[in-house]
Amino acid sequence: MTDVTKIEQIVDRHGRSRDHLTAILLDCQEEFLHLPREVIETVAARVKAPVTQVLGIATFFRAFSLKPVGRHRIHVCMGTACHVQGAQRLLEAVSRELGIQKGETTPDMQFSLDTVNCLGCCGLAPAVTVNTDVHGKLKQTAIPRMLRKYVKDYKARTH
Amino acid sequence: MPRLTIDDLKKLREQAAGTITLRSGAARARVTIHMGTCGIAAGAREVMAALLKEIEAQGVTDVIVTTSGCAGLCSREPMATVELRSQAPVKYVNLTPDGMVRVFRAHVLGGEVVTESALAAGCETTG
Amino acid sequence: MAFRSHVLVCAGTGCVSCGSFDLGAALEREIASRGLADEIQVVRTGCQGFCAEGPVLVVQPDEVFYCGLKTSDVATLVEEHLLKGRPVRKLMYTPPSAPAPVPKLSQIPFFAKQKLVVLRNRGLVDPERIDDYIARDGYEALAKAVTELTPEEIIREIKLSGLRGRGGGGFPTGVKWATCRQAALHRGVEPVIVCNADEGDPGAFMDRSIIESDPHAVIEGMAIGARAIGARQGFVYIRHEYPIARERLAKALDQARDYGLLGRGILGTKFDFDISVVQGAGAFVCGESTALMASLEGKAGEPRAKYIHTVEYGYKNLPTNLNNVETWANVPLIISRGAAWFASMGSGDVSENPWNGSSGTKVFSLVGKVNNTGLIEVPMGITLREIIFGIGGGIPRGRAFKAVQTGGPSGGCLPATHLDMPVDFDSLTAAGSMMGSGGMIVMDDQTCMVDVARYFIAFLTEESCGKCIPCREGLRCSLDVLTRITEGKGEEGDIALLEEMGAVMQDACLCALGSSAPNPVMSTLRYFRDEYEAHVRERRCPAGVCKALITYTIDQALCDGCHACVTACSTGAITGQVKYPHQLNQSLCIKCGACLDACKRNAVLRA
Repeated sequence: MTDVTKIEQIVDRHGRSRDHLTAILLDCQEEFLHLPREVIETVAARVKAPVTQVLGIATFFRAFSLKPVGRHRIHVCMGTACHVQGAQRLLEAVSRELGIQKGETTPDMQFSLDTVNCLGCCGLAPAVTVNTDVHGKLKQTAIPRMLRKYVKDYKARTH
Repeated sequence: MPRLTIDDLKKLREQAAGTITLRSGAARARVTIHMGTCGIAAGAREVMAALLKEIEAQGVTDVIVTTSGCAGLCSREPMATVELRSQAPVKYVNLTPDGMVRVFRAHVLGGEVVTESALAAGCETTG
Repeated sequence: MAFRSHVLVCAGTGCVSCGSFDLGAALEREIASRGLADEIQVVRTGCQGFCAEGPVLVVQPDEVFYCGLKTSDVATLVEEHLLKGRPVRKLMYTPPSAPAPVPKLSQIPFFAKQKLVVLRNRGLVDPERIDDYIARDGYEALAKAVTELTPEEIIREIKLSGLRGRGGGGFPTGVKWATCRQAALHRGVEPVIVCNADEGDPGAFMDRSIIESDPHAVIEGMAIGARAIGARQGFVYIRHEYPIARERLAKALDQARDYGLLGRGILGTKFDFDISVVQGAGAFVCGESTALMASLEGKAGEPRAKYIHTVEYGYKNLPTNLNNVETWANVPLIISRGAAWFASMGSGDVSENPWNGSSGTKVFSLVGKVNNTGLIEVPMGITLREIIFGIGGGIPRGRAFKAVQTGGPSGGCLPATHLDMPVDFDSLTAAGSMMGSGGMIVMDDQTCMVDVARYFIAFLTEESCGKCIPCREGLRCSLDVLTRITEGKGEEGDIALLEEMGAVMQDACLCALGSSAPNPVMSTLRYFRDEYEAHVRERRCPAGVCKALITYTIDQALCDGCHACVTACSTGAITGQVKYPHQLNQSLCIKCGACLDACKRNAVLRA
């Protein structure tokens, strides 16, 4: 269950202002890791904006997710420098390893897989982040070791 | 800190200039860890932690440890700059926590540049 | 007449903050009083790279280097060295007893060819300590701007410097400021200034690095701009993906407020100005000015048609001046050192008209298939070759250079024949690419240009906001065609279709995202048409990238049966006994390339 008072606190911290809808939703995303219907509706009511406007913002920007995401969020960097160093193959390899596609979460809610446009660590290309850790110059063969750092028995859980 | 006037700004600059060039004050050396996103991603925080731990373990009190932004050469991060008083600064590249400790012992305490991790001596030239 | 000797006094930021201007003046007085003014000239130079021992100077042609000088040393120096020709040993730099164990930074091409203006403080100040910035002359330009200069004089200085927008467009900054100021005065409203730190180009991180290493330079630049334009309110719109930059900026803003460098009555004058930070949420189009302003207002970041300029009606319909991070960071030095100094760097003559050249320096992120990747700052007009082969140290593993991509998704790819082209706004545009914000991605012969074009179009297809049809549908169709080509299903006529769609998009899209979106396709077609044709006609990817067109094989003569590839292969396509050459079953191979990465003997072949 989402904590309604928490949502209200976040909205109030931004002065209940429609001007700050993006900032409000970013804080909600950080707090709840996704934006369930309840969050969207509570925010809309409190800033006196139509639900469509809030939903419009929530679906416009990449930072928001309407679906729940996993405990560990993997982002494969798709910046140009990473691309020329094989980011696409890396993404496919992580996808195979976890059995999920980009934008999906493992059934045990441990890992989510997504891409990011550029982390700005182009010197470390190809790069992948897991939560806030950056794994640079990553080789396909090093992926299992990286995943085990977060969930020891991920293979048994996800396959 | 009170709000500055133009004169205060001048005074503050003169005071602060001393600390930035290591000329005044009691420090014998300064170690700058380059902490941009690249540096941190490559392990600069761990390098910094190892350095602070070593300084504490050795009981050294006259070395300034400071952080700064990216040094520019992302492919050779983590990087650090070691500056002994009256000597040109030396930039180290591809540091590991152990490598940083080695640099600290040999260069900062012993005055010997660790050539295998050193990139070059001097500052960058600015316009 | 010729001087017999030159005294080169360092006027880099480090030495200036240790009093090199006073030293230079004292030298000139002393030289004149000894009657040597016709023989010896005092010259102020850029940083000589030994900031730790400033102020420093070199006497030429003797090449004697002095450091740590005080004005009280001047009399001795002039009398002994310049008059009697006896270098003053005690003022000279004594190198450490052992011979230098490492080369000087200035001997390393990566550093030697750079010229740091915007990045002048990188690696030298702690970005979280405002005192460090002040020690290196920080906020001196703001002090000058609020006490000695009128707003009109500031704008004039920026115009004369020739500074053009570093975000990509290259619009003259001074002209923009003047228009915004006029619009506000004319309407009797207060203008707003904005710093665009929504650095969305993949492969570019200049702005992030500037904020991370020297946030006060941006703040000071904005405060000077606010004074010139007449704004009291400023915003920094910063990318969600840059947490470290955001934290440092917030800290820097707090410190500047504590010191009264922001807020009410800045530096004891009547000038009020403050900055708020607004976070983006991950949308590339928000780097476009009208989309950014919509997002600032808390709306979805969709652009609007720009028949009304944002300098007149922007954020909340107020006159709004938008510049990017690097542009703002250039401002303080232009004000403190003067427009002429800035205009002396770079290419072209901007003294009459800023459109006539590209003055100053540009920061680039040099990445991709190049030995030294990193963030560099170079004078405008430097050649691509000097950047890629001089600073970047060439292509790794001795491979051949194929192309360099500049300008982000709106830019283009330039081939080897353009390596000696000067890097400035107008040359890049003429060659079918653009300056953009400064991403520079180097590609070698193992990069497929069709795949690169497809990559950018895929990126833009995802990032198109969908408001106008030419962009939304044009990108989707282009992506379909490019995907077809890379999958080996390209048809005769596909190339012409790409060109036709590109031309329509250039003409008909609402904002710059769409109208520049065909550039990656157009520029690769212009320079690498043969690669497209190889894909379409011969079903072949010359670079060995497009999965559908390549096969992996194991060279039986080279394979020593180490089994590394068998472990790496996730589909069981490779079999074989340890110590005997292995076999690859093509029907199981998914072409992931893991075997190639794992093989230490180069026995896995890709063709």
